[in-house]
Amino acid sequence: MCNKMRVILVLLLSAASACGASRKNSIQIKGSDTMVNLEQAWAEKYMEKNPGDFVAVTGGGSGTGLSSLISGTCDIATSSRNINEKEVALAKQKGVNPYEIKVALDGLAVVVNPANPVGKLTMDRLAGIFSGTITNWNEVGGKTEKIVVLSREVNSGTHVYFKEHVLRRGDPNSKAEFAPSALLLSSSQAIADEVAGNSAAIGYYGMGYISTRQKSVAIAKDEELEYVAPTIENVLKGTYPISRPLLLYTNGAPQGLVKKFVDFALSKEGRDIVRATDFVPLSK
Amino acid sequence: MRKLKEFVIEKLILLCGLASILFVVLIFLFLLKEGLAVFKTVSPFAFLFGKSWYPISDPAQLGILPLILGSLVVTVGAAIISIPIGVGCAIYIAEIAPVRIKEILKAGIELLAAIPSVVLGFIGMVTLVPLVKTIFRLPTGLTALSGSIMLAFMAMPTIVSIAEDALYSVPKTYKEGALALGATHWQTIWRVMLRAASSGILAAIMLGIGRVIGETMAVMMITGNAAVIPHSLFVPVRTLTATIAAEMGEAVVGSEHYFALFAIGIVLFVISFAINVTADLCLHKRQ
Repeated sequence: MCNKMRVILVLLLSAASACGASRKNSIQIKGSDTMVNLEQAWAEKYMEKNPGDFVAVTGGGSGTGLSSLISGTCDIATSSRNINEKEVALAKQKGVNPYEIKVALDGLAVVVNPANPVGKLTMDRLAGIFSGTITNWNEVGGKTEKIVVLSREVNSGTHVYFKEHVLRRGDPNSKAEFAPSALLLSSSQAIADEVAGNSAAIGYYGMGYISTRQKSVAIAKDEELEYVAPTIENVLKGTYPISRPLLLYTNGAPQGLVKKFVDFALSKEGRDIVRATDFVPLSK
Repeated sequence: MRKLKEFVIEKLILLCGLASILFVVLIFLFLLKEGLAVFKTVSPFAFLFGKSWYPISDPAQLGILPLILGSLVVTVGAAIISIPIGVGCAIYIAEIAPVRIKEILKAGIELLAAIPSVVLGFIGMVTLVPLVKTIFRLPTGLTALSGSIMLAFMAMPTIVSIAEDALYSVPKTYKEGALALGATHWQTIWRVMLRAASSGILAAIMLGIGRVIGETMAVMMITGNAAVIPHSLFVPVRTLTATIAAEMGEAVVGSEHYFALFAIGIVLFVISFAINVTADLCLHKRQ
């Protein structure tokens, strides 16, 4: 009886320690929903090349990734926005030292239904539409129809980036907010579907989600400047006004396995994957 | 020996009973501990009656009035739809339906209860939302009404099965007496059965509503989640539950936003506790 118990106890303990040990050659990546497809593609290729290693990828939103980096439940946090001061302070408090690595660029496309006659907007008008001061399409040269504003949920890095760079025009003192009547949808795909089926809707998401069921809007910084379409070339040239860096955060400079993975992501092969998943690789 | 066995088993069962209460108390204490911290930065009045919800702005605006009203509108809508259908269905099953149809209906309703809410939400998103948009000529179909309709489906099984039980347990003599006095079948149902079973039916309705107010996934998928104060059923709303579900992942542990979400949890807890207690009172009144 007693022996049996002891055997079970030993088994349990060894199982527990095995779980602990398996973390040694596995990487947990968590964060941006925008980047999930990209990370998944990286992870697959990386694991193919390094059969012993294991990379687990989860989404949830940039904020989710950063908060799990801070609480120590992931090795790499992916983010489509910069870490903010509060998060840095909290990380320091917990003894985590967030280290930023830029891995790619992403253009944010503003999309409307293909039946919508509006095909170009200035940044000011865009800010007006999303903050609720412009509420009818006829104010920006469209049909007389109430604008249905679609946004991502607040846990999305895309939401935060759009607010800071379009609504607030990068001004840290600005108090502009999304219109309270803006619909907050939980994924880019949900926005794509709603825009495809609703002639009055306008939404935004990463360029990777553009399809023929939506029409992307050309954007100009102001009235005098040229309207620029969201294409890879324009993002690379820096002429498209709503583009952002995609980032990885690690605890301190990457080491060991994490470094191996980051190096792979930045290699030529990694950059090819970036291009294949409709993001813009950093030119080297 | 046998006595000892009895004793052990009795105490074990007692322990199980106590455990469930203990867990509820622990959950409530944790909720209080995390949620009340938000009132260090916002006053309870500003929290409950504030009109804007911008949790990640700096400074954050944490007013949950639009969320409370959002939950309320969706719940009232669901109640308006599910109560007449649910009670009607219960009357049909308990009083009118022939045995075979009764069995089929009961099985069907149990099946309805077995559909996961995320599936209902998904079906609603694909079929109901565009329908609502075209029928009512709305700018978008992601509205409180869509949520209400979907939630009515979720409340219905609870309402039907408990209301049917209540009707079934009305003493047979009541019915026989009414019929003997020359009342028609309908008069008997309307004036005798429903009156006699009223407290049980009320409990059924309360429990159904309790289910609606706590429902999260389907609501999050089809109500549009815009934190505005709703003026009708035809506008997008953001509910208390959807807010917690959508934002908990983002909230940094220990931040104001995190505490605010727990405080929303307290509000929800209080609401569903009140509903359940009312339902319980109704049920006990019957006995």
